Amino acid sequence: MSEMKQRAEHVRKKKAAFGPDVNLAEYSRQGGAWEYDPDYRGFSPEERSRLLTTGIELTDEDHAGTFLQADKTIVHCRAQQPGVEVLPITEAVRRYDWVADHLWRLVAVDADKYTASTELDLDNGYFIRALPGARIEQPVESCLYLRTDGFAQHVHNLVVVEEGAELHLITGCATHPGVVSGLHIGVSEFYVRQGGRLTFTMVHNWGEQVHVRPRTGVLVEAGGHYISNYILLRPVKSVQMYPTVTLNGPGAVARMQSILIAHPGSELDVGGRVILNAPRTRAEIIARTITTGGTSTARGHLVGLVPEIKAHLECRGLILAPQGVIIAIPELEGRVAGVEMSHEAAVGKIAAEEVEYLMARGLDEDEAVSTIVRGFLKVKIEGLPPALEEEMERVIQETGKGL
Amino acid sequence: MLKIEDLWVTINGKEILKGIDLHIPAGEAHVLFGKNGSGKSSLLMAIMGFSHYTLGQGKIIFRGQDITNLPTYERARLGLGLAFQRPPTIRGVRTRDILTACAGKRPYQDLVEQYGFAPFLDREINYGFSGGEIKRTELLQLMVQDPKMVLLDEPESGVDMENLQVVGEIIGRLLQKDRRRQHREKSGLIITHTGFILDYINADRAYILGEGRLCCQGNPRELLHDIKSYGYEECAKCRR
Ligand SMILES: Nc1ncnc2c1ncn2[C@@H]1O[C@H](COP(=O)(O)OP(=O)(O)OP(=O)(O)O)[C@@H](O)[C@H]1O
Ligand SMILES: [Mg+2]
Repeated sequence: MSEMKQRAEHVRKKKAAFGPDVNLAEYSRQGGAWEYDPDYRGFSPEERSRLLTTGIELTDEDHAGTFLQADKTIVHCRAQQPGVEVLPITEAVRRYDWVADHLWRLVAVDADKYTASTELDLDNGYFIRALPGARIEQPVESCLYLRTDGFAQHVHNLVVVEEGAELHLITGCATHPGVVSGLHIGVSEFYVRQGGRLTFTMVHNWGEQVHVRPRTGVLVEAGGHYISNYILLRPVKSVQMYPTVTLNGPGAVARMQSILIAHPGSELDVGGRVILNAPRTRAEIIARTITTGGTSTARGHLVGLVPEIKAHLECRGLILAPQGVIIAIPELEGRVAGVEMSHEAAVGKIAAEEVEYLMARGLDEDEAVSTIVRGFLKVKIEGLPPALEEEMERVIQETGKGL
Repeated sequence: MLKIEDLWVTINGKEILKGIDLHIPAGEAHVLFGKNGSGKSSLLMAIMGFSHYTLGQGKIIFRGQDITNLPTYERARLGLGLAFQRPPTIRGVRTRDILTACAGKRPYQDLVEQYGFAPFLDREINYGFSGGEIKRTELLQLMVQDPKMVLLDEPESGVDMENLQVVGEIIGRLLQKDRRRQHREKSGLIITHTGFILDYINADRAYILGEGRLCCQGNPRELLHDIKSYGYEECAKCRR
């Protein structure tokens, strides 16, 4: 047995540090026997519109590459432009010697039972690479799809943005409209080489009884940029994740934004950690959380290990229902003099004064609330697919109703 | 235009207004003086129907309609507009968004250009605005909203001499001061401490609010003169 497998074997039952514990035995590892679908004919209109809400357009047009995994099976996988590679991870490991060496380097295989299960019983995952100097203008679209009720999906993803390359990856994760329960474990390791730039936009739309456990590690070399956007607007049972970015070369930059809505019954524990390990690195973590009755814990952790770094953490929460709970836990850890780190956290309900101000301008109460909610959620996310913008607008309208 | 009968208002159980009677006909601008904390802003807020201001008794009639129990936005839609003394900041909501809300379907770009407001459009409303900028934004919102009656809460306080001219001009427009008296349709109720604004609008009547009531009324300039000469205490005694 390989060393990785042994380490994983040891922690088969290890609970995660955060988030509710999930009993893995309650989920099936069977999955549907889906066929490869070169032109996306196998998707019903309901599935299409569902996937659209996560920005997944099910077309090869206007995309530099596409990847779609349903349950265990890769149903679509294509690179469309020179300079970009898209492969199932199992295939990439066979094709390139070096790929295996890049796995479990940024995420510990023995972190918890979720990482362990991924190593011990992998389904698949994506391998996406932008070749040195390649500026990939159109986004690569990847979709991890739970198509069978009660299924536990185990994926391991690897993204490499080589020196001076640029890539925008949109990952939509969703359940089939008929799926109520399930488990998604997604291990992701991203390497941004010197001067590279990776924009990673992840949108989730799960079922009400689905547990989600992403495990993400990112390494950014000198002058590289990592920009991540995470959007979760719909009900889910629980999401727990704490992606960690290490800025390892001078001038590297990380910006992590998340927009979360905790619906009644949802338990979110979403963090972000940036380790600033080289001079002139910069990091910004921005979290906007709304609860309409669920619980959301927003964690943020900035670690300054060397002088001349600058980092800011902003966490704002809006409680729109009496039962809603938001816990903001910002942490700043400066280990030397000469670090410049700050945070801003605020949790509260919508101020009546703000609603009335807008009402005095002629907006009714729902319109006033949704205007405020829209403003609250406004963070700059570039290059969102139009369907996703519409989805955000729809959710904001619904969120503003009847409060 | 606006008629208030025996209005009593409490805030958090504290009595602020104790029987206000007020009548402002169409085309007239009335002025409200009073000490700090006398309840002037509260009166405007109560007319606008804000939730903090609890009505004990009394009636508010606007354009012939009893609006005493109408929600704020319906009052606004009927044609009441308020320029706040201290408006809130709303993070993420741009000045442009609010102007669009005020405008309904009317275009407002010309007004923005005319008053040099373009640089503010994409800023979050009132966030980091200077005192004078806040006042001008409030008035611009009213211009765009185009109400039948404006309630102006210290529109000139904190405004520099140069901008005072602009503010005066805008208020003049809001009150149709360019028209002959008998052709004016718009009305106003204006709170001022300094009276600077009187140089621009020629108000019809003024009141002093004291002890929860309108304790004195008369010609705006004369009243202001009396307040300056004898102070509010003396004015409160004479009970004109
Ligand atoms: N939310 C509140 N809770 C308690 N008291 C309040 C509240 N709002 C207003 N008040 C009180 O009501 C009184 C009237 O306030 P108001 O703002 O109407 O005065 P004003 O005449 O406009 O004063 P100024 O000239 O200083 O603007 C003040 O004593 C004020 O402290
Ligand atoms: Mg006041």
